[in-house]
Amino acid sequence: MAPHSTTDNDGDDVMRDTDEMQVDEKPDAPAVKSEPVAVKDELEHMFDDEDDDLMIDDEVNDFKNGFGKTSAAPISDILSASPSDPEVMLQFYARLFPWRQLFRWLNHAEIPSTDFANREFAFTLHNEAYLRYQCYPTFETLRRDVLKLNPSRFEIGPVYSARPRDRKQVPKGSFKPLEKELVFDIDLTDYDEIRTCCSKTSICIKCWQFVTMAIKVIDVALRDDFGFQHIMWVYSGRRGAHAWVCDRKARKLDDGKRRAIAAYLEVVRGSAQSGKKVNLDRPLHPHIQRSRGILERDFEKNILEDQDPFRTEEQSKRLLQLLPDQQFRGALREKWSSTTERSSSDKWRDIDDVAKTGVAKDLKTRQLLEHKQDIILEYTYPRLDAEVSKHLNHLLKSPFVVHPGTGKVCVPIDPAKAEDFNPDDVPTVLQLLKEIDQWKNPVKGEGDDTAAPVRVPDIDKTSLKPYHDFFGRFVQRLLNAERQAAELKPKVEQGVKIKKEEDMEF
Amino acid sequence: MQGPEALRLARKQRRGNVIGGTIKDSGLPYPTRLNFYDKPPRDEVSLEEFEQWAIDRLRVLGEIETCLFRNNTPAEIDATLKRLLDKYLPLASNHSIPENERSNPKRFAGLTAERRKDHYSHFILRLAFARSEDLRRRFTRVESILFRHRFTTDDTRERHEFMSALQLDAHAVSDSEKAQYADELKAVLAATTRTQPEKARAQFEAESYVKVEWDRVADLVESRRIFIRGGMAYVPSGALVSLVLAEFSNKLDEALIATARLLPRLDEDDRLIPILNHLSKGFSAPEYNSAAAPTTLSGEAITAAQIDSLKAHFPLCMRNLHSALRRDKHLRHFGRLQYGLFLKGLGLSIDEALVFWRQAFSKFTDEQFNKEYRYNIRHSYGLQGAGRNYSPYSCQQILMDHPPGTGDAHGCPYRHFSVDNLMMAMESQMGISGDEKSVLSGVRQDVGAKKYHLACNRVFEHLHERELKREKEAGGGVRETIVHPNEWFDRSWNLKNPGKAKERGRVKEEVKEEDTTMT
Repeated sequence: MAPHSTTDNDGDDVMRDTDEMQVDEKPDAPAVKSEPVAVKDELEHMFDDEDDDLMIDDEVNDFKNGFGKTSAAPISDILSASPSDPEVMLQFYARLFPWRQLFRWLNHAEIPSTDFANREFAFTLHNEAYLRYQCYPTFETLRRDVLKLNPSRFEIGPVYSARPRDRKQVPKGSFKPLEKELVFDIDLTDYDEIRTCCSKTSICIKCWQFVTMAIKVIDVALRDDFGFQHIMWVYSGRRGAHAWVCDRKARKLDDGKRRAIAAYLEVVRGSAQSGKKVNLDRPLHPHIQRSRGILERDFEKNILEDQDPFRTEEQSKRLLQLLPDQQFRGALREKWSSTTERSSSDKWRDIDDVAKTGVAKDLKTRQLLEHKQDIILEYTYPRLDAEVSKHLNHLLKSPFVVHPGTGKVCVPIDPAKAEDFNPDDVPTVLQLLKEIDQWKNPVKGEGDDTAAPVRVPDIDKTSLKPYHDFFGRFVQRLLNAERQAAELKPKVEQGVKIKKEEDMEF
Repeated sequence: MQGPEALRLARKQRRGNVIGGTIKDSGLPYPTRLNFYDKPPRDEVSLEEFEQWAIDRLRVLGEIETCLFRNNTPAEIDATLKRLLDKYLPLASNHSIPENERSNPKRFAGLTAERRKDHYSHFILRLAFARSEDLRRRFTRVESILFRHRFTTDDTRERHEFMSALQLDAHAVSDSEKAQYADELKAVLAATTRTQPEKARAQFEAESYVKVEWDRVADLVESRRIFIRGGMAYVPSGALVSLVLAEFSNKLDEALIATARLLPRLDEDDRLIPILNHLSKGFSAPEYNSAAAPTTLSGEAITAAQIDSLKAHFPLCMRNLHSALRRDKHLRHFGRLQYGLFLKGLGLSIDEALVFWRQAFSKFTDEQFNKEYRYNIRHSYGLQGAGRNYSPYSCQQILMDHPPGTGDAHGCPYRHFSVDNLMMAMESQMGISGDEKSVLSGVRQDVGAKKYHLACNRVFEHLHERELKREKEAGGGVRETIVHPNEWFDRSWNLKNPGKAKERGRVKEEVKEEDTTMT
């Protein structure tokens, strides 16, 4: 295997002392908190030396950080800071990050299991140190460590055969990755040669359409062809999107099968030297045929109009390269050089118009049609970073993490409404903290004379709330499927408990 | 009757029952030519047989690996295998005996002996090659190719009998379901069999499909040669080979891992262990051994400053990477790996490598370089992270492993460039002008036939025409196909510097000797 920067970066030397070890030895605390008072009593008994952790809950309003120090800093003091300011990040992870849902998502059940405990987390700290092989029995311990280390971001790796921290203790060779979600990474930098509006790290709504098209094509393929149901799309915080396929069967795929899926979905192949990058057998495979149907509708607007990639003489050379028949190309070249600069839409129409004149005797209608189809695909079909998908042990940034460069939260994207998603609308961490700060308790209705004032969770005060809820519903569907698969007949009480909890969450 | 005897009879009966056809109830140990190797052998063999059978099979497997390494086509592999199998591991079909005599065990004895040898030698080599992940992977690969060869060359009816006994756990696709997906299934059928639409229609009507979970035919999914819907793959009868093959290699993978777990118990036996150790050593890939390569050219260490002048001895892929590096002041991940490991194979020390890359990445600050790239370079020398010492990529790896994408300069230009760009590179990189039509048309032909290594070797021979001729006249020069970029460099350097070639040549010979122990 090639040494790959993400997967082989061994951060052992920066491992620090782990006081969680004590916690680890204790019986796992129930993650379900259906009756707060009773459970709290029980928990307090269990963890009487660490009662700070008890306050950890998505719903808890008062902010305390992981090591017991109550944070007194009012949010308004730090609003002028940069989004990657450690204090800003800390506030976000303490008050707004959906720890419990993240736990349920990765644990696949309410009761803590090895699915979560043997899962690798990796932290990038503000000093660029990279800590790999971190793991936690419960979300409380994970949350506490994040608040203590205050990483600039963290990533999620596979579930291993043993706890990642213990990898040196278990017999050599028996520590290996067992499962991880099948993941996909779409990054706009892979489109640099065909996007004209932006380059490098900058993006706009025009080039975001490449990502939108990618989500539409990949999502339907994963669902209809492979039969996956639990696919979560996440904005990567700057210029791309990730997909997490969470179905049990997807999680258990070995590298060979991941490679098969990645290759099945890959259409645009080759480097700058390869010439035409889409070369497909005919008739088209049903997956390509379906994708073509989706993408052809978008080609006119997203590509010809918005990207206008063939306007200049230099640009239209590229288009000519992709077309068949020397005579035909010559005729087009002549037309485009004699008239003043024509738009890409005009040039695209010219192709058929010139073909109809019969200037190229050997040009076959079918041949031209197929080349045009290939060109449309070359300019619209998803460009995946296949290496990310191929390896079970590849790490990927966690959902809801704050992108340190933009301050934007990596929020989920609803694939059914992919076209409505605009990266400019994604809340930044500073904006969210401001929303908490400016939030006022709405005036209570008449006759509302219940004694204590209702505590409103921080998340409910912000525009992050709909994303939270979306994630929560996704996780709940996944857990329901897991439970059905395990053929566990939930007891009546358990059913009630879960119902109650849902009410609390959403 | 009790104990072992009863067991043996029960086993015989079980074997007999699984197989259909005329010899179903014959009680023969090997009623079919093909074997899925799902039952280990039980009978005794002599130590001589044990070793001889294993060595014979190893010759066949070693040759398969050599074929893979030379990037031979399946047809070429089949031709090679046929010759070799007749000599070392023949397996005759039941049809070699008249039908009415097939149930006679005596008439069958010859076939049984062949099949017994095939069966035993397979299991002996399992013991030898279960010990490491690398050996297991290679063993499964070559055994699968051997199985495919035998499967596809098997008599149709016997193959059918063999398959019906396998119980593949596939569901037949109903007519209504077939009609529901008619368009999709027809499209895939026409594309994979390359038939005209009219013909494909008739073919489709006659075709019967089975449904299996898509990952059981992952290779067909990977190349989009199959229709999948809702996680199920719709396998036409012609593609069942794929299913059987996948089943074969999956089972073998699992069995090898199980064998590996049991190996420690075998350690008590001091007669078998030396033989097995010897066998697994013999199964070494004909890989270019960079560790044995000298760190000097004619006595001097290679320095970063010399790389530009050594470029004249590089194959096209490396010249292309070098030019890209000089042009962009940067190479992407796999480009750095392919080129960096090649330079390492030349004998560039880690210190010189760091100097070379630091100077080459001139658009980056020291801080950026140290942060982003230093680690990777040290990693590839085994000085960081897992501490693995990586070998330079072979042509096989460059051709197969990581096809270049946008912005990449790695890969094999013969394979990954369009023909027009390749022709341009011939002139700009290799100095072969458009007038030299015979070479260029040869290259075009090779590339068209997907024989990329031949195109590369053709260019080598052209560039070293005079030297090769001189070498031949002097009585030397074994003409072998170059299958590794570093081999290109060594051959080129030696040919152009005949006086200084001795040192390098000597080390190469040692490497060769090691390789030949397997054949």
